[in-house]
Amino acid sequence: MTDGDLVIDVKGLTKSFGGKVAVDGLDMQVKGGEIYGFLGPNGSGKTTSIRMLCGLLTPDEGSGTCLGFDVVRQTAEIKRQVGYMTQGFSLYADLSIRENLDFIARMYGMDRRPERVDESLERLGLSKRQKQLAGELSGGWKQRLALAACMLHRPRLLLLDEPTAGVDPKARRDFWDEIHRLAAEGITVLVSTHYMDEAERCHSLAYIAYGKLLTRGTVKEVVEGSGIVTWAVEGGDLYALAARLRSLPGVEQVVPFGNVLHVSGSDAARLEAALAPFRAEPAYRWTTANPGLEDVFIQMMDRAKDSYS
Amino acid sequence: MSFPRFAWHRFWAMVVKEFIQMRRDRMTFAMMVAIPIIQLVLFGYAINSDPKHLPTAVLSADNSVFARSFVRALENSEYFHVVKQVANEHEAEELLAEGDVQFVVNIPQNFARDLMRGDNPAVLLQADATDPSATGNAIAALNALAVTALNRDLQGALAALQGKPAPFEVRIHRAYNPEGLTQYNIVPGLMGVILTMTMIMMTGLAMTRERERGTMENLLATPVRPFEVMAGKIVPYILVGYIQVTLILIAAWALFGVPMVGSVVLLYWVVLVFIAANLAVGITFSTVARNQMQAMQMTFFFFLPSMLLSGFMFPFRGMPEWAQAIGSALPLTHFLRMVRGILLKGNGVMETLPHLLPIGLFLLAVVAVGLKRYRKTLD
Repeated sequence: MTDGDLVIDVKGLTKSFGGKVAVDGLDMQVKGGEIYGFLGPNGSGKTTSIRMLCGLLTPDEGSGTCLGFDVVRQTAEIKRQVGYMTQGFSLYADLSIRENLDFIARMYGMDRRPERVDESLERLGLSKRQKQLAGELSGGWKQRLALAACMLHRPRLLLLDEPTAGVDPKARRDFWDEIHRLAAEGITVLVSTHYMDEAERCHSLAYIAYGKLLTRGTVKEVVEGSGIVTWAVEGGDLYALAARLRSLPGVEQVVPFGNVLHVSGSDAARLEAALAPFRAEPAYRWTTANPGLEDVFIQMMDRAKDSYS
Repeated sequence: MSFPRFAWHRFWAMVVKEFIQMRRDRMTFAMMVAIPIIQLVLFGYAINSDPKHLPTAVLSADNSVFARSFVRALENSEYFHVVKQVANEHEAEELLAEGDVQFVVNIPQNFARDLMRGDNPAVLLQADATDPSATGNAIAALNALAVTALNRDLQGALAALQGKPAPFEVRIHRAYNPEGLTQYNIVPGLMGVILTMTMIMMTGLAMTRERERGTMENLLATPVRPFEVMAGKIVPYILVGYIQVTLILIAAWALFGVPMVGSVVLLYWVVLVFIAANLAVGITFSTVARNQMQAMQMTFFFFLPSMLLSGFMFPFRGMPEWAQAIGSALPLTHFLRMVRGILLKGNGVMETLPHLLPIGLFLLAVVAVGLKRYRKTLD
């Protein structure tokens, strides 16, 4: 892998608003054609980072390239080749589906505009509803329209900011199938999300909290790199058990999943020692489990909170 | 920036979008048509309320039958109410200055002699014209009066002096108001007032709406340039402005009989600069305003001084100097002079240019500020 294959390569991106640091020294490398998941709690700086990548915000510090263009000086070139889907619906509610796509097509000065818009509508499955006002669409359709709009000018890089927030599972599934189809065509996708199932569908992940990048890698790398050990326990009064476990040394997370309780900690030996007396109780069945991404991220967030906030 | 050039396709994209949005927003569109009509009717008919029995002083140096007939004719016209006979010029001026009388009728010495000789003597009417709506009709009535007032006295040998032209002349001196404002002033003036209000408000809202609805972010993410956004938002409203101007002109002619002495074509040209200046103000406001409410407040912040200090509400030269200084910076002030000049005085290009120039300068300054304020990036 050479640097030429990196679609996004930035170092030390920093941005403050009114003295409050929103993003602090973000380094990010995204390879061409991959789906890069960008995770983090609300207000962690995901949107600010994405805006800096597509030239909407000028970083206070840091440098780097996006699609080979300088993120500080060549924002106009970046904008022409990036498709940015904003967090909220940002097309015109009082324009019809077709008129919105027409507007975008005109903005990018595309040739064969009517045909391109037709193709896009076809691909979306919105040909029959093209005269409907965009504001009247349901959440799932709005999101599909927004994706179509930011794909219209055939960008090489898609920046999607929480594209599936408030969308039903079926629509989310379809959306992700589409993302994978686009990635297979060679388009690089950077997508921010809160959903762990979506994170697991990404080729690479980055986790950001309090403006700082905490970890990155593939799902497997992230989980293994976290060093978290998780035990699953079933049977008995799990609610009462959870209350007792939470105060133990070495136990960092106790999370109920239906009839199963996940107990995690980053120090395997301490955790095992703490749990030993409970494992002797016959009412409960204990097994080791694979920690999920969620366990890893919550763990990281708690730790980040201690060090940065 | 790497693509500094203006691109027609992006500008055109903005224009098409604005037109579609304007068409969808029926309420706003209705307002843009209704505002001129409602204001015209309210203001137009309010000023047409024809005040009568205006206090008048008579300074007569001639005690002839003709002079007395003339004064009686004044009273009979119902416009003039003679409240006082004054003895000298000084007293008359004091009355006028203090506003005790609206008019002073000055009948010269030897009025009767000159009249009978056919020398066409002149009666001087001094009017306090600060409020043109108060004096306009009275003056108009007086002119008609001069023709017939003395018919009964001009019998026998003098019968030849009857009728047109009037046997004597009425000279009107409009004190305090050298521009000679007439009742027709308000309707052309309203054109400027209505354009100022609607143009600034509409564009002010058009841009803040983008921010409030979140569409600004999408717009900023496209390669569109600030000037293309500004121009694209201005052009559709220029058309709306022209619709308003046309409505007002039709009403001015049909409802109020405002004379149109000058070239309407010239008027349509100069209106363009004025509309553009107001639209630029609106867009500049909207780059500062955080939401539509603030844009509205700023519109009124600009609109009130425009209306009060431009010479629309009060005669410009009657205002203190500081108010005149503020007024001179406002485009409406110059526009009023321009429109009144063209419509009422028949001014041509040369007379109009000196008023057009300040509006042009204003436009350039505002566009410069607006472009600087327009946040291409969200920070």
